[in-house]
Amino acid sequence: MSESATLETLNAVTATPYKWGFSTDIEMDMAPKGLTEDTIRLISARKEEPAWLLAWRLEAFAVWQKMEEPDWARVKHPPIDYQDLHYYAAPKKKAGPKSLDEVDPELLRTYEKLGIPLKERAILAGVEGADGEGDRPQVAMDAVFDSVSVATTFKATLAKAGVIFCPISEAVREHPNLVQKYLGSVVPQSDNFFAALNCAVFTDGSFVYIPPGVRCPMELSTYFRINARNTGQFERTLIIADAGSYVSYLEGCTAPQRDENQLHAAVVELIAHDDAQIKYSTVQNWYPGDAEGRGGIYNFVTKRGDCRGARSKISWTQVETGSAITWKYPSCVLRGDDSVGEFYSVAVTTNYQQADTGTKMIHIGRNTRSTIVSKGISAGHSNNTYRGQVKVMPKAHGARNHTQCDSLLIGSTCGAHTVPYIESRNPTAKLEHEATTSKIAEDQLFYCRQRGLSEEDAVGLIVNGFCKDVLKELPMEFAVEAQKLLAVSLEGSVG
Amino acid sequence: MLKIEGLTASVDGKAILKGIDLVVPDGEVHAIMGPNGSGKSTLSYVLAGRDGYEVTGGSAAFDGADLLAMEPEARAAAGLFLAFQYPVELPGVNNANFLRTALNAQRRARGEAELDAVQFLKLSRAEAKRLSMPDDMLKRNVNVGFSGGEKKRNEVLQMAILRPKLAILDETDSGLDIDALKIVADGVNALRGPATSALVITHYQRLLDYIVPDRVHVLAGGRIIRSGGPELALELEASGYASVVAEAA
Amino acid sequence: MTALPRPRALQPAWSQDAAAAFVARYEGLRGRLPGDAAAREAGAAAFAARGLPGVRDEAWHFTSLRALAETRFAEPLTPVADCAAMLARLPQTDAPRLVFVDGRFRDDLSVVPQSVSVRVGGPAYATLANPDREAMVALNTMLAGDGAAIDVAAGVDGGTLLLVSLGTGTADRPVAFHPRHSVHLADGASLTLLDVVMGEGAYWHNAVLELAIGEGATLVHLRLQDESHAAFHVSTVYADVAARGTYDSFALTLGGKWARMEVHASLSGPKAVAHLNAAQLLGGSQHADFTTVITHAAPHCASRQTVKNVLTGRSRGVFQGKIEVARDAQKTDGYQMNQALLLSPDAEIDSKPELEIFADDVKCSHGATVGELDGEQLFYLRSRGVPQAEARSMLVRAFLAEALDPIAHDAGRAMLEAAVSAWWERQAP
Ligand SMILES: Nc1ncnc2c1ncn2[C@@H]1O[C@H](COP(=O)(O)OP(=O)(O)OP(=O)(O)O)[C@@H](O)[C@H]1O
Ligand SMILES: [Mg+2]
Repeated sequence: MSESATLETLNAVTATPYKWGFSTDIEMDMAPKGLTEDTIRLISARKEEPAWLLAWRLEAFAVWQKMEEPDWARVKHPPIDYQDLHYYAAPKKKAGPKSLDEVDPELLRTYEKLGIPLKERAILAGVEGADGEGDRPQVAMDAVFDSVSVATTFKATLAKAGVIFCPISEAVREHPNLVQKYLGSVVPQSDNFFAALNCAVFTDGSFVYIPPGVRCPMELSTYFRINARNTGQFERTLIIADAGSYVSYLEGCTAPQRDENQLHAAVVELIAHDDAQIKYSTVQNWYPGDAEGRGGIYNFVTKRGDCRGARSKISWTQVETGSAITWKYPSCVLRGDDSVGEFYSVAVTTNYQQADTGTKMIHIGRNTRSTIVSKGISAGHSNNTYRGQVKVMPKAHGARNHTQCDSLLIGSTCGAHTVPYIESRNPTAKLEHEATTSKIAEDQLFYCRQRGLSEEDAVGLIVNGFCKDVLKELPMEFAVEAQKLLAVSLEGSVG
Repeated sequence: MLKIEGLTASVDGKAILKGIDLVVPDGEVHAIMGPNGSGKSTLSYVLAGRDGYEVTGGSAAFDGADLLAMEPEARAAAGLFLAFQYPVELPGVNNANFLRTALNAQRRARGEAELDAVQFLKLSRAEAKRLSMPDDMLKRNVNVGFSGGEKKRNEVLQMAILRPKLAILDETDSGLDIDALKIVADGVNALRGPATSALVITHYQRLLDYIVPDRVHVLAGGRIIRSGGPELALELEASGYASVVAEAA
Repeated sequence: MTALPRPRALQPAWSQDAAAAFVARYEGLRGRLPGDAAAREAGAAAFAARGLPGVRDEAWHFTSLRALAETRFAEPLTPVADCAAMLARLPQTDAPRLVFVDGRFRDDLSVVPQSVSVRVGGPAYATLANPDREAMVALNTMLAGDGAAIDVAAGVDGGTLLLVSLGTGTADRPVAFHPRHSVHLADGASLTLLDVVMGEGAYWHNAVLELAIGEGATLVHLRLQDESHAAFHVSTVYADVAARGTYDSFALTLGGKWARMEVHASLSGPKAVAHLNAAQLLGGSQHADFTTVITHAAPHCASRQTVKNVLTGRSRGVFQGKIEVARDAQKTDGYQMNQALLLSPDAEIDSKPELEIFADDVKCSHGATVGELDGEQLFYLRSRGVPQAEARSMLVRAFLAEALDPIAHDAGRAMLEAAVSAWWERQAP
């Protein structure tokens, strides 16, 4: 196939419309636009929060007002008017429905389109008597619709194991001591501009606590969806794995297709105590904007894990295909001796998407180890940047890092960038970093086509092979989803 | 099966094939021999439709259809298989998965039912066994970390599973140990039938002891300068190309 | 004359004060400095507007200018010293040499070449430098007093030329000098430049070299930076390589208490080649920064980089290496490797290899490793009877050999190898 024909196929594939772009018409309870102390008081009041949390939010707001939006990432966007957003939007609550028939059919249709199974749908919609126990695969789910968590499933099973999995607003009420102890202990209010904003206005998100020695009996999962127009979504997730415990947590995200840009500024904090393990997987598929770069989510997210205890381990796995802008660096602070941090990432950008994503591995404790595997794929007019830091502090004897960072370019109008910072202050540390940039090799493409694969399938196969080291880190069901998502995201970008 | 007339082709503007005429009837095996750089691999790439190999004249018909107008995958679906002189590595792509995808794509293109995972597993295991290849070759990534000989055997395994009508083997015997050589030959001989053909590119008469060709052609300087029966290979083995080339000049 | 703008307020006071002092120096000298006044004035305007690079300046992320900014430098006095001791350390070669002392050309110490045209007596401003982007270059442009303009005519092999800079400040009166050199190789010309900088005492050497390499021309640039351990050193090199031209460079950094070498190499014609190899050997509390930007602006160009850091004591090594590939630069082949050996518990390495790629048909990669000497290798050598110290020495030399061995110029390689040996002997406990 000639070069230009190849490019055509590529464009046909990348231009596939976003499949999750519907919006739901539901009566919403919305705060007026704008951000002042009063907005924060209103959010806090709606959520019936204790005084300490309101004070904490107001502190964050004061800090945020003095901060400047960061400009070091390779992303460009028109200035965001923080006064032109709604900071609170919730589906209007009616009395709890008695059966599925009484549930707002729009809400149900939304869950259906998102592929959430019926039983969970009923629970998510708050149907009385619907229980999560059943024959389905064991995934407990929390769904956050705009600003509020609409329901959490499988609570009973989890409670038996002593696991707490609930909306963070509920945790504030039911488990105030835990929340107060850990909230902001990994990402403080003043951490960065977007984190400070989140601290001030976060509305909901998930809370997880795994007691000592408990292996969480099922995958925990949160589904995030932005629906309302002109709203920002600021969810906050807090996961604590107490000594010797284990949890695997999944998050997925989608949003409707809209012409204007929507802001998403989440904060995720993970804490792993001695011998605890947290595996955090994300499939991020926020609306990326259309083929001309109109609309799409601005995704400014702070995710950080604190390996507080000895031999603790935190792994981040992400498949990022959505958002107009991704600004995201899931990091690990390796404080405990022998603790382990991992970051596995696939980031795909097409059309006019911009992704600036990577990780930080801060080695503080002895014999701490980290692994970074990043695969960037850029197509169309997009720009895809890996930005990562590996830092070894003087006391981190025997620290180890291995970083592998590969970029694939599809077509000649995109950009791929690699910006690692490698800093060591301990001679016994051993750091290795490798990065490559290339296009799909012509001989690989030809080899596949000689065996009868269409060009598109050949590209799909090669790209999936390229990403394999990351995809294999995802829980099984998620990996299949992610592979499909990759193929769909790249449809039309072959070259 | 295959009918090539006056085929000329160039790479990077440099003429490599300078007028090839070749007919491979149904059911026949033809061998192509020739000095290094004479254009043998170029011919196989042109037939398989590789980018960058520009056909500047002539024609090639495959079962009567215009081969040169087809996309590479369409040629494959039509039954043309090329065992590469230098098989390509596909990191992260599982060999079995690759083969099943390829086989099903071809079957789809031909309007045949696809094989499910279980059917395919049975087929691939059986073929691997018949070629005395270890099962784990199927589990590994395509050609990644394979030794030179393993890559060639993997090409033959793929051929056995895909069952082409016309197999072109570009020096599949190079780098093989004696046992593997027999395996390759068995693979080709197993495909032999009234409706299948093969074009075997080789430097060594040895392979032709196992795959007895119907015809032998000498390709030099981008042209077929001599054709003959199996005895021609023996003659070349004994006296080299020089005399043949001189004779043709 | 118009007043120059004030530096922007974002910088801390120490930075603003230092910048103001340099601007005041310039205002005092204005009109009395040699060379192209318009170029100088433009540089001054750029410097006055920007000031010194600040902490928020990404290009200076790992290297703080504070110590330099807090030193008040004097004007160099007319140098009279015969510098015999330093000159004796130059490589033994009968090649012609251009010697500058405290930034000024010294006729009496120089041997002017035959096949190469040289002009001295003022700054050799050329067209490659970017004072608007690089503040230190703006400062150099503003205050440059002298330099060599070296020209090799088309097709001529200019042989080997030594370019020597000696610094001679004293602790109570540190001086600053800003030499400005240019090299122009016309099409098909070639030259080997042995670029040696050394000195005694306290001073700041802030050099700019502009290297224009014509079509099919070859410049071999071998550099030995062995400044005094009380000296500050900044050098900024711009190399522009036309079609099929080659810029082949190696920079060995040993000296200075604080040093930064910055290279901007642009491959601007098809099939141009650049090698930017370097080694930094540091001890004590030295800080040295090697920063490079290789721009692939044309198709079919190749760049290669091997950079080694060997750090002892409380020294800090910095490497920042960016490879930029422009939209049209298809078939680019870029490779970079940077490795650091940390030989003491208090040494620090900061490394930022960077790829910025806008063309799809490219092969670009970089690698970085940081660590101490390989314990297994050390043990292997010792088990064969090699004493610990010698084994370490062997391994460190082997580590450096990868970068040094490919240097084809015998006298140049000998000069660098001798300097490495001397450095290693100085480190011996
Ligand atoms: N991409 C290319 N650019 C320039 N010349 C090429 C290219 N590909 C092939 N050639 C040249 O074409 C000629 C024929 O090459 P080809 O690979 O077809 O030879 P061959 O007969 O298969 O040789 P061998 O027996 O060594 O495999 C050789 O001279 C080769 O150098
Ligand atoms: Mg060949």
